[in-house]
Amino acid sequence: MNATPARIDRRTVLKWLVTATVALPLLDRASFGADAGGRRAKGYGPDPDVLRTYRPGELWPLTFTDAQRRTAVALCDTIIPADAESPSASSVGVVDFIDEWISAPYEPQGENFSYQLDRAVILEGFEWLDGEGTKRFGKTFADLDEVQRSTICDDICYVKTARTGFEQPATFFALYRDLTAGGFYTTPEGTKDLKYVGNIPMASFDGPPLEVLKHVGLA
Amino acid sequence: MPLVSPTTLKDSYDVIVVGSGAGGGQAAYTLTLEGAKVLMLEAGVNYDPVTQTPMFQTPHQAPLRGSDTPEMQGGFFDATRGGGWKIKDEPYTTVSDKDGENFEWWRSRMLGGRTNHWGRYSFRNGPYDFKPYTRDGLGFDWPISYSDLAPYYDKVEMLIGVYGTNEGLENTPDSSPDCLLPPPKPRVSDLLIQKAAKAFGIPVVAGHRAVLTQRLDFANLPARLHPGNAFAQRIVREAMEARAACFWATDCGRGCSIKANYQSTTVHLPPALASGNLDILPNAMAREITLGRDGTANGVSFVDKTTGQDRQIKARVVVVAASAMESVRLLLNSRSGQFPQGLGNSSGLLGKYIMDTVGSGVRAQIPRLENVPPHNEDGASGGHMYAPWWLYKEQLAGKLGFARGYHIEFGGGRRMPELYSMAAKEWLTGGSYGKKFKEDARRYYGSFVGFNGRGEMIPNEGSYCELDPVVKDKWGIPALRFHWKFSEHETRQAAHMQKTFGEIVSAMGGRLRHPVKADGADAIQNGGSVIHEVGGAIMGADPAKSVTNKWSQTHDVKNVFLTDGAPFASNADKNPTLTIMALSWRAADRIASEMKKGNL
Repeated sequence: MNATPARIDRRTVLKWLVTATVALPLLDRASFGADAGGRRAKGYGPDPDVLRTYRPGELWPLTFTDAQRRTAVALCDTIIPADAESPSASSVGVVDFIDEWISAPYEPQGENFSYQLDRAVILEGFEWLDGEGTKRFGKTFADLDEVQRSTICDDICYVKTARTGFEQPATFFALYRDLTAGGFYTTPEGTKDLKYVGNIPMASFDGPPLEVLKHVGLA
Repeated sequence: MPLVSPTTLKDSYDVIVVGSGAGGGQAAYTLTLEGAKVLMLEAGVNYDPVTQTPMFQTPHQAPLRGSDTPEMQGGFFDATRGGGWKIKDEPYTTVSDKDGENFEWWRSRMLGGRTNHWGRYSFRNGPYDFKPYTRDGLGFDWPISYSDLAPYYDKVEMLIGVYGTNEGLENTPDSSPDCLLPPPKPRVSDLLIQKAAKAFGIPVVAGHRAVLTQRLDFANLPARLHPGNAFAQRIVREAMEARAACFWATDCGRGCSIKANYQSTTVHLPPALASGNLDILPNAMAREITLGRDGTANGVSFVDKTTGQDRQIKARVVVVAASAMESVRLLLNSRSGQFPQGLGNSSGLLGKYIMDTVGSGVRAQIPRLENVPPHNEDGASGGHMYAPWWLYKEQLAGKLGFARGYHIEFGGGRRMPELYSMAAKEWLTGGSYGKKFKEDARRYYGSFVGFNGRGEMIPNEGSYCELDPVVKDKWGIPALRFHWKFSEHETRQAAHMQKTFGEIVSAMGGRLRHPVKADGADAIQNGGSVIHEVGGAIMGADPAKSVTNKWSQTHDVKNVFLTDGAPFASNADKNPTLTIMALSWRAADRIASEMKKGNL
């Protein structure tokens, strides 16, 4: 056990959040996670049916506004566009997954279960993208063309090399790329793109084929 | 499974077993097949892996791509229910939250306990591991030797099914003939690691894990396990026939609906239930072991979590296997005029000398594993190979600066893509996005390896648990408070792990995700985080210096036995579960024979 999954530096996010949440009421309890009947959304409970298939929005309501969703689509497809091998992230439901993530009704505990913290980072990040698009090109991020989007993303695509003063948007971008990639590569299309060929029952396990051993210099 | 409800419970049993994991499952198995009437109390929910295991499900089918939540803390597909690092209504406390002094406690609240999700690594303690004080003057000797437990290791391996090989290595015992199943073939990353490690004299051999690489020999094993007991042989044969061999897919940590790996719920409990001698009561949180006028235990009182009502059931013998720390807690809370400091605590050592496994790891990327031709590497899910401790002689000669060893578990390969498979790769990609990111993902997927050191911690005075003076659980049962300290034997060992892994990665031409940590205090994982916590009721020959005797029986109360990790007098680098089961089988044999003689 105790395999902690690799993820972005949560401490960095938390540090930033201290300022972000003071500045913006993004964790607004009144509107957050409420369903049509006005009741608070709930999780799946302590003993869920793990055999059935779940879809985003089924267990708790999705909460992106239309404007946020447009930005989410634009950024997902900037990170994972369609190419010869596989479709774009948004076309296989990744935006719904990210919406499910930021709408999850779980309270953070320390660095765990960061859904609501991520919500603040992402919605703040969307606002920053739109502000930056407006400042540079007079348009929100979703209305920019591919080249225009890149000029912004190039400044924030790596925390270590981000433009001075862009560290917080770079942290947001790292989180959003992780979620986009995680959402995408777990779909059937993304899994196929990586040429993962397991998860099927086999009569025997034969180890690496000769061509694999040759590839790594062991045969 | 045929569970009983609180209203249909009998008033008394031969034996009450508290806990349903490796120790409780094994005790119930052995006792019921010997004819004893047993009640098993489980503090968590009922659980049946045959119908509740997500075989082949992908993260895409799960909420949040399977990510962990307070309700499923091991992730949506992990075979943990109602458990995790924090359990609602069931707090524990620590005196320090500083790294190195904190204690992290993973608990489970389900039938089968933590056997449902564990790594299935199954190693025997060696001869040195039972006499560590004699060997180097530190810690405590056990009151038993390897030869006392060897027959039980054989039996457990035959029953649960363990793959591995006999290598004749120092303090790494061989099994008797036909005990082990053939190991799975190495993955390509195993072979690269083996080659690199060889240059440093580190042996990389077949791992030992409780996974059926072929079906059990159900025609012959039952007679070897239960000679002269036709009843047990028939039942065990049927149970073995119901287990399929691994079909090389689905993470073992989810559990296994085809019963190809060991979990108490697929291996120990089905034959115990088939005997007709076992009742299982879930949602039953033991409150205390009750004493009779003669000073022996006469039963267990527990809370029915579904109603909040208390109830007491009588028994001739009480077997406590609630997980080491939870068992200690139950004994500490069983206070009486005779035992004001807790049952079995006349030595004052109950809760003392708790140990975890020393853990430290690295992750690396191996360029030679980039763009490997696609092939199926799921295998037996966990490690196919491992490196046993190899520096016994140098260590004994005092050349290492720390007294006990560690083994290395490692893994890599083209596993099923998960939420974080392509996360945090900027250190390789430079922050790529767009089509370049997709190319990077194809290039780097499957090229990662991870190394985990698993080392022996020496018991010390600063690592113990006691009842918190204030904090109680939902039912008013006092909670545990933990104290934790590592000595330089552990922190130096952790630094040695880091240095070793760095050298292996370098020899593989790999790149470390983070630089190796030269400071062992920085490299070592928190106590409890490896989830190998044992001790607290250590066994010994002297009642003034130990809580239990060589039969895992409390010195103070002859009809109370602890069959989980609590009696461990040391915590060898070998993962504890196999030893828990061997000790439990041995204790249960003793209980059965003493009951037949009228001594219990």
